[in-house]
Amino acid sequence: MECEERTDKIFTLRSPRFSEGCLLMKYALKRAAAGLATMLIVSFLTFAAFDLISGDAATAMLGTSATPERLAALRAELGLDRPLPVRYGEWLLGFFTGDLGSSTSYKQPVWDLIASKTGLTLCLSLVSFVLIAAVSIPLGVFTAGRRRFEGARTALNQLGMAVPPFFTGILLSWVFGVGLKWFTPGQFPDAGRDFAGAAVYLLFAAAALSIPRIAMTARMLRSTVQEELGKDYVRTAISRGNDRGQVLRRHVLKNALPPVVTFLAQTMAEIVAGSIVVEQVFVIPGLGQMLVTSISNRDYPVVQAIVVILAFWVVLAGTAADLINQRIDPRLRLGGAA
Amino acid sequence: MSEELVLSLRHVYSGYSDGAGLFGKRQRQEVLHDVSFDVRHGEILGLVGESGTGKSTLARTILGMVRPDRGEVVHYTKRPQMIFQDPYSSLNPFYSVEWTLEEPLRVYGKYGRAERKRRVREMLERVELTEDYLKAKPSELSGGQRQRVSIAAALIRRPKFLIADEPVSALDVTIQAQILDLLRALRRELDLSYLFISHDLNVVYQLCDRVLVMKRGRIVEQGTVDEIFDHPKEDYTKQLLLAAE
Repeated sequence: MECEERTDKIFTLRSPRFSEGCLLMKYALKRAAAGLATMLIVSFLTFAAFDLISGDAATAMLGTSATPERLAALRAELGLDRPLPVRYGEWLLGFFTGDLGSSTSYKQPVWDLIASKTGLTLCLSLVSFVLIAAVSIPLGVFTAGRRRFEGARTALNQLGMAVPPFFTGILLSWVFGVGLKWFTPGQFPDAGRDFAGAAVYLLFAAAALSIPRIAMTARMLRSTVQEELGKDYVRTAISRGNDRGQVLRRHVLKNALPPVVTFLAQTMAEIVAGSIVVEQVFVIPGLGQMLVTSISNRDYPVVQAIVVILAFWVVLAGTAADLINQRIDPRLRLGGAA
Repeated sequence: MSEELVLSLRHVYSGYSDGAGLFGKRQRQEVLHDVSFDVRHGEILGLVGESGTGKSTLARTILGMVRPDRGEVVHYTKRPQMIFQDPYSSLNPFYSVEWTLEEPLRVYGKYGRAERKRRVREMLERVELTEDYLKAKPSELSGGQRQRVSIAAALIRRPKFLIADEPVSALDVTIQAQILDLLRALRRELDLSYLFISHDLNVVYQLCDRVLVMKRGRIVEQGTVDEIFDHPKEDYTKQLLLAAE
């Protein structure tokens, strides 16, 4: 694809519209290709890893006491006796034609099995993400440039970062579930019948998942805002009559946010990974549980599907961060002018 | 030159808080000691002294960005505006020239959109930039162009008194001369008075009518340019002059 090069005048102005559209196409294609490549690599590595670990779907189904003849027969039936590239090729073909195969342990099409669980895990991740953004951004901005209780705040921040979500999850279940009875630990309510109950349940799980990331994001934002606050343009803005709120909103945030947005996107990927653990603690029937069960069952079609969904999610988060950053900061625009 | 005043300082002591311990204990750093002087209508008053003597603290105190500990700062005009030293860092890199110029009007909120645009164009012309620059970002401008934008932003609310803190010291000599010419022309056209802070005595000699000499937070000598440059009384002033030759 040819993009027209603009000629520089005495000084450079931003790219004219026509070339921006052209660049956008190029960018979208590049992004999509990179995303697809990531997902392919991840899916292949998962596939290969399954070949390396001991045991397969046949041993998982028949148990350790099964005779070699029966195992061989089942392997032939499931197609596990063929070489790895053939099996991967078959899976890939199915994936591109919209067929994720069927689960070896549940004897059900994979998509039917994981569709509702995907929704639940996405819900948990989104609630966590919103929680992280909604708490850490105001916290980071508010504490920037304020030195009161600095020691106590740093200690709290470190504690928040250090305590792992599974422990926070157990603590929250004990205090709010067992103690205050706001929810019943281990019994995730059916969202169709008890929406409020399900929401409260998810909120606590999300809180356990979010706390370390809230601490990290708030600290990062605080330091970037603080750095911006020390810059000369802030002094200019104050001399022009801006108050603290105006300085932060109009001047500092737009310069301080881009790195934080990138960080939040990485966080999005970590949340999805972290949700696997938290789902175990809170007994939420999401993808995480399904993944753990399917790995021990050597149910590779299900694992493959889940891994690809997670990879897709990570790629999506990265792209979203890029696009948001370009909206916030024109200096990061396509083509990287100036 | 009339005797009408735009600013007077009487026995001003000022400083800043610094250093925070674990729970934010602060120490007060005295910078200005008993500073008194007047800025007369229409004059360019130079303020010279080595770096670290409190020239910038004085500017901030006048602007109200630092509260004086003691003494009086009396303004006879509306809020003065300020031009800063480093044109590379004193403009927000995120915004276009147009936004930067409109901002002081937006902060006070009483100017309509059309009025803002009109003033921005008028001011851009005054600082000898064309409308092509409206959409440019600071990173796309040269140092001299940026300083012109800073001057325009300082003047957009039509103040009568301007504080310039080393406005040309970061620029090339030829650009310096252009900016000094511009400041002179603007004083004439817009009936301005300046407090011109500089450590460069040559620049002060070219531009100013009167000079304040500052040493460690005190005004040690003041007078007309001729008095200070030809018949300095204080040893410190003599040293400064000697160093500048």
